[in-house]
This record gives sequence, C-alpha cells and structure tokens, in this order.
Amino acid sequence: MGIVLSAFTIGLILAALTMGMLISFRMLRFTDITVDGSFTLGAAVAAVMIVNGWSPWLATLIATATGLVAGSITGLLYTRFKIQMILSGILMMTALYSINLRIMGRSNIPLLDTSSVSGSTEHIISSLSGELNRINILGWPVSITDFSVFLTALIICVLAAIALRWFLLTHLGTALRASGNNPQMVRAQGINHNLMIVLGLSLSNGLVALSGALLAQYQGFADVQMGIGMMVWGLASIIIGEALTGTRSIGLTIAGAVLGTIFFRLLIAIALRWGLNPNDLKLVTAVFVFLALVAPIWVKSLRKSIWGGLRNA
Amino acid sequence: MLKIKELCKTFSPGTVNEVRALRGVTLEIQEGSFTAVIGTNGSGKSTLLNAVAGSFEADSGSMELFGRIITNWPEHKRALLIGRVFQNPFAGTAAGMTIAENIGMAMRRGQRWSLRTAITKRVREEISDKVKTLKMGLEDRLDNPIGTLSGGQRQALTLLMATWLKPQLLLLDEHTAALDPKTAAKVAELTREIITREKLTAMMVTHSMQQAVDLPDRIIMMHKGNIVEDYKDEMKARARVSDLIKAFERVQKLDLFDSSVAELLEQQYV
Repeated sequence: MGIVLSAFTIGLILAALTMGMLISFRMLRFTDITVDGSFTLGAAVAAVMIVNGWSPWLATLIATATGLVAGSITGLLYTRFKIQMILSGILMMTALYSINLRIMGRSNIPLLDTSSVSGSTEHIISSLSGELNRINILGWPVSITDFSVFLTALIICVLAAIALRWFLLTHLGTALRASGNNPQMVRAQGINHNLMIVLGLSLSNGLVALSGALLAQYQGFADVQMGIGMMVWGLASIIIGEALTGTRSIGLTIAGAVLGTIFFRLLIAIALRWGLNPNDLKLVTAVFVFLALVAPIWVKSLRKSIWGGLRNA
Repeated sequence: MLKIKELCKTFSPGTVNEVRALRGVTLEIQEGSFTAVIGTNGSGKSTLLNAVAGSFEADSGSMELFGRIITNWPEHKRALLIGRVFQNPFAGTAAGMTIAENIGMAMRRGQRWSLRTAITKRVREEISDKVKTLKMGLEDRLDNPIGTLSGGQRQALTLLMATWLKPQLLLLDEHTAALDPKTAAKVAELTREIITREKLTAMMVTHSMQQAVDLPDRIIMMHKGNIVEDYKDEMKARARVSDLIKAFERVQKLDLFDSSVAELLEQQYV
C-alpha cells in the first residue's frame, strides 16, 4: 500500500506540472523546455524559504510566482526578440540552472525536520484519529504523515484543476486557446497574440514551479538536477491522459492530465518494483514518448495497407 | 471613410526575390460604398488589403480610417475597426474550438478580454438565433469543433463573425475563390445581403469579373502595384464583364510592349 500511496501522491503533485504543460504544449502549441528549469526553480525557492523559517504555504506561493516570471521571460524572448520557440526555452532553462544554484547556494538542500504544506492537514487528522500514528485506509495501515501529504496534494491538485478549467472557459482563456489554434484568426479578432503567448507560458511555468515546490517538500530535499527530464515526463503524462479520457471538452482534458500523471507514476512504481534500474528511467520514458508519437501514424499506414490489400484482392 | 496616401511596400528588398508589391497607391473609399479590387496575379491587390488590415508594416505612405491614422497600428488593434474574411476558408476560424467559442470571440472583438465565462446560456441563445439566419442547420452543432465543417460553412461563419459587431470596414480577400461554384454563389449572395442590410463599407478582392460587376458599386483595377482603372458611379453602372476583360488585355499588352521594347533596346545598346 505504501508504494501505491506514494505513487498517487507524487502523481497528484506532478499533475500540476502536467496541467501547466497542457497550456504550453497543447493549447499554445509551444514546445517549452523552460519546464526543466522552472520546476527546479520552484523547488529551490520553496526549500530555501522553508529552511529559513518561512511558512511553507507562503514559500510555495512565492515559488509559484517565480515560475510565472520565468515563463513570461521565455514568452518575451520568443515574442519580443523573435528568438525561435525551442531556443527561447533552452536559453531560459540554461540561465535558470545557474539562477537555481545561486538561490540554493549549493546543489542540494535537505528539508529535514522542517514544516511542509501538509503539516496542518496532519495536525487535523491526528487530532481526529486520537493521536495514533497509523490509520486504516481500505484495510491497509498507513502512516498519518503519508496520508496527510496525499490528502494535501489531492486538495491542491483538485483546486488547481478546477481553477484551470474555469480560466480556460473565460473570455481570456478562450482567446488564449485560440492563440495556439490559429494566430491569424486571433489577431483578426483584435486579440494581442503575443500577449497571449506570454500569459500562457507564464501560467504554465507557474504551475510547473508549484509542482516543483510541492515535490521538494514531499521528498524532503531540493536538488539542482531534479528538473532534468521533467518536460518529457509531462509529455508522457499528457499522452496517457489523452488516451484515457479523450479531449472532447476542457474538463475531460484536464481530468485526463491528472489521471495520466497518476497512471504514469503507477507504471513507474511497478517497473521499479520489477527491477528497472532507476538510471534507465529517463531512457524508458523517452522511448515511450517516441512510441506514443509515432504509433498513431504506424497504425494508420498499417490499417491502410491491410484494407488496401483487401480491396485489391 | 478610408484614405490611403502614397502607400508603398517592397518585399525582400535588395535581394533577387525583391517584389515591389505596392508602388504609391492612393485611394479614397467613401462611407457605405462597396469596392471590388481586381487585377492580374501579382498586381498587389491582396497586398493592398493586407496593408490596410495591418498584416505587415508599410514602407511609406499613410492610411486613415474614419479620421484615425492607423498606419502604425498593430494588426490586432486595427481589428477593432476592421472585419476580415480570408481566401483560405480555414484561416478565419480556430479549427480546434467549437462554433460557439469561435463566434464568442467575434462577439467581443475590440472589447476587454475579461475573466467572465465566455459561453453563457444567454450568449448561446444569441449565437443560435443569428446562426439560424444562415439556414445551414449549424445552430444544432454549436458545440462541434469548427474544423469538422466544410469550407463553405466555415466561410459563411467567418463572414458572420467579421460582421457580428458592425466593422467600420469589411475586407474580403477572394473569400469565395476556394469554394465550389454553388457554395461560392451562396456565400457571395450572403455577402451582398449582409453588406446591404448593415450598410457596411467594404473592399473585396476578387478574380471573378462577374462578381465584380454584380456585387459592388465601384471597381478598381490594379496592375504592378498601382491602380490603373477606377470605375465609379455611372461608369460602374455601365461597366460589363467584357469591358473589364478589355481593360485587362490593354494593360497586359502594355506590359508586353514594355518588355519587348526593353529587350530590343538591350540588343542594340548592350
């Protein structure tokens, strides 16, 4: 049960990252690799603030805000300075690596014996359960600490998902989605296309930084390397999510992103349990995303050759 | 009223691909008039429309729309005053979004992009009522992605969107050229209907001489980045397709003359 709960918890925490990438990758159609840097940025800012005695909630909030800034800078590089899409992200990601080291002061900050956002939840649950340190979930004993982290992640994730859905259905959100869909049309409707890209990337990286801040608190440390490969993980989650729920509506797409992330974490947990070398994880993920991207084309041509063959017979 | 003065635009200047698309175009369009712009390929007629819409910055010259100098306005700001329908039926709508969402954006063209829910029940009813007037049965498909519609349906919707909030100027860039003849006729009829009903000021680039004679009340012909013929008022009333074709042949002959003379001179003097 422990391993499943931890997969769910990490899944819920990383769902914020996936939702963020949903905005950049799927809505704006912007391949934004800033993610790898802004994820660590969120973790770094939150870790440093918590170690220095700030409230974990405030630390998480400020970490999210730094992500918003990082994303908007990538957006400005692309719109204002006409730097290629991929390159704007790479520049920002590279710059963030040094910035993150500066913020942290060293490459790793442990968060031992510090409070985290799940602290208050834990307090409430333990007072309800009568000072036990384990409770029963579906017949499994689970430590209250683990369960309260899970619950906190769930609440934050659901709130973020609801807020994102609400936003994407407003006038502004509609304009933002259309910006990725058809820039020419958007300008013809009097919408500042460049502004929408900056706004979208900003929101996207804000969510990513939030995810990083939460993960640092969950795993008990922030590491300058923790963001590497996050973008591909997010992609894999988006793809799985789309397979699970489809994209018929905004609500379903967002639900898919959340479920996809959890499902992906479960798959990873199982693979690691079966003896997959953790060092191979990123390779396996990259191969998975590759297959998910090309499989539809293969299936299509395969179907065509089979049906074509039948017709000729 | 639209006033264009000495408008010039050269694409890729200083390279082998240099194209002097607009060479000092001066034009005045009266309020409430419907002008057709015709001309040979590469005559600069689409460029003229795009220059007015703000797709690119003009090299020199000025544009004034109902008293406002719009020469340096970015495209999205001009869209507050100008409605557009493109030649490509897929260009005017966002394919991945629903019909209602697309129209919802057009309903707020030029207004603030607020954090209110875009498609409320009231907005839906308003959209449904107006879409019904197209008589295409689209009012039952408001939640379908607009990409699932045919080119003609999308072009009709784009026209509806461009004129939803009365624009000070409507720009139509060969908006029926990519459609099959029957659909093209329907969209052309719809165009005439909307322009007369809303008393719009409009400019339409077209390749169809028949359309130029039938729909508008003024025809200008462009050639090599300039206006060479201008049929107004009585002259337009008398103009027939054959007259336009004659005018075409005249400028083309002039062209032929130019290049053959140049060649002759070259042989003699170079």
